[in-house]
Amino acid sequence: MGRIVLDKVSKRFGDVEVIPPLDLTIEDGEFAVFVGPSGCGKSTLLRLIAGLEDVSGGNIAIDGSDATMVPPAKRGLAMVFQSYALYPHMSVRKNIAFPLKMAKMDQAEIDRRVANAASVLNLADYIDRRPGQLSGGQRQRVAIGRAIVREPAAFLFDEPLSNLDAALRVGMRLEISELHERLKTTMVYVTHDQVEAMTMADKIVVLRAGNIEQVGSPLELYHTPRNVFVAGFIGSPKMNLIDGAEAAKHDAHIIGVRPEHIDVTPSGGIWSGKVGVAEHLGSDTFFHVHDTGLAETITVRAPGEVSFRHGDAIHLTPRADAIHRFDAQGLRIA
Amino acid sequence: MATQHSRSAARLMMAPAVILLLGWMLVPLMMTLWFSFRKYLPLRGGDQGFVGFDNFVRFITSSAFWPSVQTTLVIVGGVLLITIVLGVLLAILLDQPMWGQGVVRILVIAPFFVMPTVSALVWKNMFMDPVNGLFAHLWKAFGAEPIVWLSDASLFSIILIVSWQWLPFATLILLTAIQSLDSEQLEAAEMDGAPVFSRFVYIVLPHLSRAITIVILIQTIFLLSVFAEIFVTTGGAFGTRTLTYLIYQRVLESQNVGLGSAGGVYAIILANIVAAFLMRIVGKNLDA
Repeated sequence: MGRIVLDKVSKRFGDVEVIPPLDLTIEDGEFAVFVGPSGCGKSTLLRLIAGLEDVSGGNIAIDGSDATMVPPAKRGLAMVFQSYALYPHMSVRKNIAFPLKMAKMDQAEIDRRVANAASVLNLADYIDRRPGQLSGGQRQRVAIGRAIVREPAAFLFDEPLSNLDAALRVGMRLEISELHERLKTTMVYVTHDQVEAMTMADKIVVLRAGNIEQVGSPLELYHTPRNVFVAGFIGSPKMNLIDGAEAAKHDAHIIGVRPEHIDVTPSGGIWSGKVGVAEHLGSDTFFHVHDTGLAETITVRAPGEVSFRHGDAIHLTPRADAIHRFDAQGLRIA
Repeated sequence: MATQHSRSAARLMMAPAVILLLGWMLVPLMMTLWFSFRKYLPLRGGDQGFVGFDNFVRFITSSAFWPSVQTTLVIVGGVLLITIVLGVLLAILLDQPMWGQGVVRILVIAPFFVMPTVSALVWKNMFMDPVNGLFAHLWKAFGAEPIVWLSDASLFSIILIVSWQWLPFATLILLTAIQSLDSEQLEAAEMDGAPVFSRFVYIVLPHLSRAITIVILIQTIFLLSVFAEIFVTTGGAFGTRTLTYLIYQRVLESQNVGLGSAGGVYAIILANIVAAFLMRIVGKNLDA
């Protein structure tokens, strides 16, 4: 129903090439997340799929038929915008019914679908209010409701959670994942937040400057990042990247060790340093270790009860099987 | 901040402005009310004492009164219709990215800076003159008989002149309103399958409704007192005598201050009725 294939798709604005030709396949029913730092072209890529921007080259196929020149309304895709883009002068009911009304569906069917969407998303309590009277989370639900009534081939989400506060974001994240489980419809989701990408995606597409750096499942990206960029981008806190003599010991240009793969001891470790800021989260403690001679800071994760204080000496031991090695081009050494 | 001392100081400093404004408004208003109850004929015996409601009855029963009210409403309505319809279209046009946008916008707004008297004279002599006017030449070029605009289509001519004056104002307000429309809303509507015209009807027009009410409100207040355009073109002849013009004629041409003042009081009442209606509409619109 919703297989999206990009074949050598590129986009340029004037002389600036924001997306060099790229190939990508999103399988039917897959939850694909485009992630990358701001300005990496992930939103542009989504808008190309939506048809809101014209491609400068290449082809887009949806469900096996060429959709490159098809106008957005005819592509059978629904989009949830970052600002939600609800129509402020219409009630929630009319907002949700709008795409159906534009499709000239008969009123009974519209009512049935709106009622269905309202019950799925718990909108019934405020179905006759205007968007201006709703909270951020409620607006978000209405925007999703407007998308699902069309029963599209695929959903496109453009940073839908970035305007919500932290607690709500976690809640909506679960709801969207839940919705995907239930609808089994293809979803393409753009975010700059790697936690969202890791928790929601079946397939993550890491982008940088319009280039696809790596495509894979969240755990593939976590365990075997293809290059230094992906290694640094996926995982929180970030992977420690160390170059120079220490890397040369492992026959690599750069080595990377995740904070959770370093053991801390008061003495006797391979590396040593001085504790800087310690962030106690209860379950875990993150130490920012200075003066190791390896990098500016080394971040390590320790169990919550470990008690090192600011300025204490600390010894670190990376787990040998969890060291990632990269060559001079930044590519992974297998 | 709001201590007793600073509050009294603030009152003291605002006092001159408040007193000036009150005087500016109240003195003429009181004088109008005063004269409206007196028989006052400056060239025929001067102030001849109170006559009760005589002036009010005479003004309203005069055969010129109701036609003048009608003329006033036709001019206001006609100008509002033309300026808003064309204003919306022009605003949409000017919102499109194009070369020389800044210059074009200034040119569009320029008519607003021309004094009413001047613009009316330019229209009268350059465009509408049946012998030398541009329109006359245009008509003749097609072999048609030139229209004597200001006598044959007098009311329409005045509506045209006043509309030309007020179109920039409407365009300007509507353009800023259009620019504040979130482009994601239009894109969402596009994804929802709304063609261009539906997007205009369902998204752009509702977004503009507030700006349109404001344009109607402000323009109505000013259009009720249109005078110069009539004075320099038809002089109130050929069915272009508005309420304002009738009052002017009563006071200065008939030299009857009392009768004119009574007309002025009617005009105040009419303007307030219109304003009350508009305020309610605008209030409703601004709440939403």
